[in-house]
Amino acid sequence: MSSETSILPTPPRTSAWLQPHRIVLILIALGLVIASACFMRWDWLPNYLPIALEGIWRTIWLLVASAALGIMLAVPLGLVQVTGPMILSIPARTFCTIIRGTPLLLQLWLLYYGLGSLFPQFPWIRESFMWPYLRQAWPYGLLALTLSFAGYEGEVMRGAFAGVARGQLEAARAFGMSRWKVFRRIWLPQAVQRALPTLAGETVLQLKATPLVATITVVDIYAVASRVRQETFVVYEPLLLLALVYLCITGIIVFLFRRLEARIPTRLG
Amino acid sequence: MAADMINWGLLALDPPGWGGVLLGGLMNSIKIALGGYSLGLVLGTFGAFGKLYGGPVTRDLMEVYTTLVRAVPELVLILLLYYAGTDLLNRVSAALGYGSVDISGLAAGIFVIGVVQGAYSTEVLRGAILAIPQGQIEVARAYGMPPLLMLRRITLPAMLPFAIPGLANLWLIATKDTALLAIVGFNELTQTTRTAAGATKAYFTFFMAAGALYLALTLFSNLILGRVERWARRGLPPVGSTA
Repeated sequence: MSSETSILPTPPRTSAWLQPHRIVLILIALGLVIASACFMRWDWLPNYLPIALEGIWRTIWLLVASAALGIMLAVPLGLVQVTGPMILSIPARTFCTIIRGTPLLLQLWLLYYGLGSLFPQFPWIRESFMWPYLRQAWPYGLLALTLSFAGYEGEVMRGAFAGVARGQLEAARAFGMSRWKVFRRIWLPQAVQRALPTLAGETVLQLKATPLVATITVVDIYAVASRVRQETFVVYEPLLLLALVYLCITGIIVFLFRRLEARIPTRLG
Repeated sequence: MAADMINWGLLALDPPGWGGVLLGGLMNSIKIALGGYSLGLVLGTFGAFGKLYGGPVTRDLMEVYTTLVRAVPELVLILLLYYAGTDLLNRVSAALGYGSVDISGLAAGIFVIGVVQGAYSTEVLRGAILAIPQGQIEVARAYGMPPLLMLRRITLPAMLPFAIPGLANLWLIATKDTALLAIVGFNELTQTTRTAAGATKAYFTFFMAAGALYLALTLFSNLILGRVERWARRGLPPVGSTA
């Protein structure tokens, strides 16, 4: 039962893990993989490999950029909800509620079609140096993903900031640390440590949100798979391969966050 | 400036306006969310019991189901299940000699959302069952309760307070996941909004209106879910009290 109580199963010893029925299951899975490799159509793959790799790169780039920018927004959003004055905390709470209360697809289309149709009406925007970027789709995708991540993580960080023991902060103040130093040395590190397991899950969710940008003509790996489907009329193979790609990226994210969590010393009471 | 940019007539309920179409889309979204959520709860209950009390093979298969569904984007799953599901059904009915059947978008949407929600609710319910003081279940067994009676009288009511927060989250996710069915062309709120916006070129008005509808649905759900949680926790010490 001990392995059942933790949410993320810790890998048990190999001897316990490799039971006879598992070997059978693995063989069946291998058989399925080999059968799909032999009997399904993969002849389109070499033609599309370069743009597929480009698509994977774009997906990862969008994920990393939106998560990094989003967390930078989320920290102040969470902080002002815990300690800020009403004039800051109410807008922050409203922002989080709106972002979490509407579908990301709708936010994305609002930004792309709405802002995109609004901007050309203003001549000064058309003449500004931003215009070459604003005419492309990816800035809108990145903005929507960033705002979404900030909204969800703002809520996570609010909980994490509120969860740090008050005595810690009072002790730091008693040592004569300035407010900024207390935040930098005590409050933020402890909050991040508390939030880290949640952030790992949220990053996977963010990865799963990235294919939505394909609907506004950003060519990520999902868009490449759709293109293969439309051009070659091969339906399942690209989708299965796509699922496999996302599975691998998820595995990498989980692995990286575990490494990160392992770096932080914890003591279980 | 904002007043003359928004043409409120576009949102009128009668045909020159698109308000009625949007509300119809919202009704479709709510239907799919309700259906998919219920299907997900049924799948999740079976999944949780399979994971906890099933044999080694059942447990591993459940683990594969929850891991796969939770690691692959909903958008990809929706496409896979939508195409594969309709294709499979057509082939089966063709093999039985019925010819091709027309699968309604509603049924396909409920099936897809249900399968996705099932994986998440499996984990929520499994955690909730583990949070019950296990002595209660042992006592029920000692009284000689048959498994189904024990499920109905002990396990389900006792796990409810632990499961409600997670299940409430899943309901909100279900309402928002219905927007993804716009990709396969199903006429739910987001798709109707895009149609309306494309026809009138008033993108901002319609996307804002749809956002307000989704937000209203979320806030209304929060109200109801708060009541349900209070009801499920009746008789328990309040959250955060150090007892």
